[in-house]
Amino acid sequence: MKYTLSVLVENHPGVLSKVSGLFSRRAFNIDSLAVGITEDPDISRMTIVADGDEYVIEQLEKQLNKVIPVIKVRTYKEGEYISRELSLIKVSCPSKQRLDIMKISELMGARIVDVSVNTMTLQFADTLEAFETLVDLLRPYGIREIVRTGTVAIEKDSAVSRK
Amino acid sequence: MISGAEIMVKCLQEEGVRVVFGYPGAVICPFFDELYHTDIKAVLVRQEQNAAHSASGYARALSRVGVCVATSGPGALNLITGIATAYMDSIPLVCITGQVKSDVLGRDVFQEADITGACESFVKHSYLVKNTADLPRVFKEAFHIASTGRPGPVLIDVPVDIQQGTVEEFVYPERVNIIGYKPSVQGHPMQVKRALEMIRDSERPIICAGGGVLTSGAKPKLREFCEVTGIPVISTMMGIGVMPSDNPLYVGMIGSHGVKAANVAIHNADLVILCGARVGDRAVASPDQVVERANVIHIDIDPAEIGKNMKTTVPIVGDMKNVLGQMLKSIDYTAPAEWIEQIKRWKEEFATVPQSFEGYVEPKSFIAKLSTMLRPKAIMAADVGQNQIWCANNYRIRDGRFLTSGGMGTMGYSVPAAVGAKLARPTRDVVAVCGDGSFQMSMNELATIAKENLNVKIIVMRNTVLGMVHELQDVHYGSRYAITELDTVPDFVALAKAYGIDAAFATSNKEAEEYTKAMLKSDKPFVLVCNVHPKTSSR
Repeated sequence: MKYTLSVLVENHPGVLSKVSGLFSRRAFNIDSLAVGITEDPDISRMTIVADGDEYVIEQLEKQLNKVIPVIKVRTYKEGEYISRELSLIKVSCPSKQRLDIMKISELMGARIVDVSVNTMTLQFADTLEAFETLVDLLRPYGIREIVRTGTVAIEKDSAVSRK
Repeated sequence: MISGAEIMVKCLQEEGVRVVFGYPGAVICPFFDELYHTDIKAVLVRQEQNAAHSASGYARALSRVGVCVATSGPGALNLITGIATAYMDSIPLVCITGQVKSDVLGRDVFQEADITGACESFVKHSYLVKNTADLPRVFKEAFHIASTGRPGPVLIDVPVDIQQGTVEEFVYPERVNIIGYKPSVQGHPMQVKRALEMIRDSERPIICAGGGVLTSGAKPKLREFCEVTGIPVISTMMGIGVMPSDNPLYVGMIGSHGVKAANVAIHNADLVILCGARVGDRAVASPDQVVERANVIHIDIDPAEIGKNMKTTVPIVGDMKNVLGQMLKSIDYTAPAEWIEQIKRWKEEFATVPQSFEGYVEPKSFIAKLSTMLRPKAIMAADVGQNQIWCANNYRIRDGRFLTSGGMGTMGYSVPAAVGAKLARPTRDVVAVCGDGSFQMSMNELATIAKENLNVKIIVMRNTVLGMVHELQDVHYGSRYAITELDTVPDFVALAKAYGIDAAFATSNKEAEEYTKAMLKSDKPFVLVCNVHPKTSSR
């Protein structure tokens, strides 16, 4: 099962390698890791999507907590967070297919950011599921390249009962 | 103005460091040069790995942070095995390494190695210092992190220009403030209550004590807890010494190389109270089988250990002596006499008589005898291999310490660890027991012992084979002794004498005991070589 973890860390050099190194040496499988500075410039947030059962995720959480510059670890529960991923998708696109791809793009809420004689590049920021749908729709035209940032997630205030 | 090197030394003084173990090199020279002017003792080891082992022996004997220092590149790299050994056994170390100039970092200059990167998976934390002004905070944090919570090694890598750089003044921070590091020390009252209820309902409870009991200084509390409740105790290898071996409630060491009574006891218990034990694979091979019959209360300061290897019914995160103290306040329980009797019967039933060979020392009975000849607070450093098992199962510990590389199983640990222990506790008996294999991994430390004139006694079990693997080859590899025969064992007596250290060769237990008696009377180091038959089994 996939879990989304949100990890607050001190914004120091070397912290990323301390955290990412943990995954390989403890044999945890991760799908993605995205990191960036938060509203506080001394603190970064990592969003990690990991694969595993409850035992694995509990261990992952505990081991992350042991890393000294890690401030807080949270595993988000279904429905209590919003997650997005930015992707750039380059599709083969001879001129006669341009309209088709533009329609798919419009339908899915992607933006066309580059057009050439034979290709079209789409920018897409949405959930993992939406991304997969878009890729399915584009596949028949020939996908040349995909670049993804990995998932970022934020807690949903509207759905979470405050403790 | 004050230099970085001077700051580093002042930090050590602030932390009350009296001894550092190290080896010099160009980029750590500014530090050693400053240290030269102080009364902190710098012990020159003969290889950097031993600096870490000596610091480990020192730390364990004194319950303080041990400090080792090496230069960049090969010096730092040689430290690694020692650091990893300390990490596996949760030993508090601060390891200081010199590093090449910060402006050429990453250019593969002479003796450059990315030591913080290389050590990442077996340090509790590490620093690569980029500003001289950061040194006081880094040192303060390093000592704090190494010694609190679950202890462990912390690495500080200091480029030479940072040591040479200067700042206006030296101010040592009074406290540390690391937002992500606040180890919990008290057990959660609800969990403690649940644990007490579970103990009350148990019929066959057993305490499995690990190294955490000793690290926490919870030995007296554990003893009190056992006296009050009558719950029997088994220990892991790291837990040897939590109770005197002859305490009727102590069953012995568990595990693949432990005593049968202890293993039978844990597999028949209906409640296992894990105290500062991580249930490593060598301690409990099949934790699932234990859990089938028993509830498990797991007390540990490291939440990540709870539930890692054994399913836990009641987890308690906290410092062992605090948690036991909390439990003692309201415990009202006495273990059923039937269970105690049963364990006593197992202890008698499974007692073994070792086989002896003419012309050889029988190591198990000799180790047992040795325990009675040492003073009660003696420190025993056992190496790795058959000698470790002989010691673990036959050394009758009283109020002293048993030092060994439990988690990593690093051969060559005992001699440098004994060096550290002796410097920490000069008035105690300190004995290192090793095999002829492990001794040859660190016998260069005889030079350190001679130089410092340390009253360390070394017992070498000379069986001319790498016994542990040799035995394994008998069982699993059709007695094909692939590279386990130490065909040319040197004359250790002559070798010790070459260092100016007295030595003797024993071919029977009687001889070994006589030499032991004599060596313990002297205040000089001594190497006692015991001729051991290669077929002597570890159990």
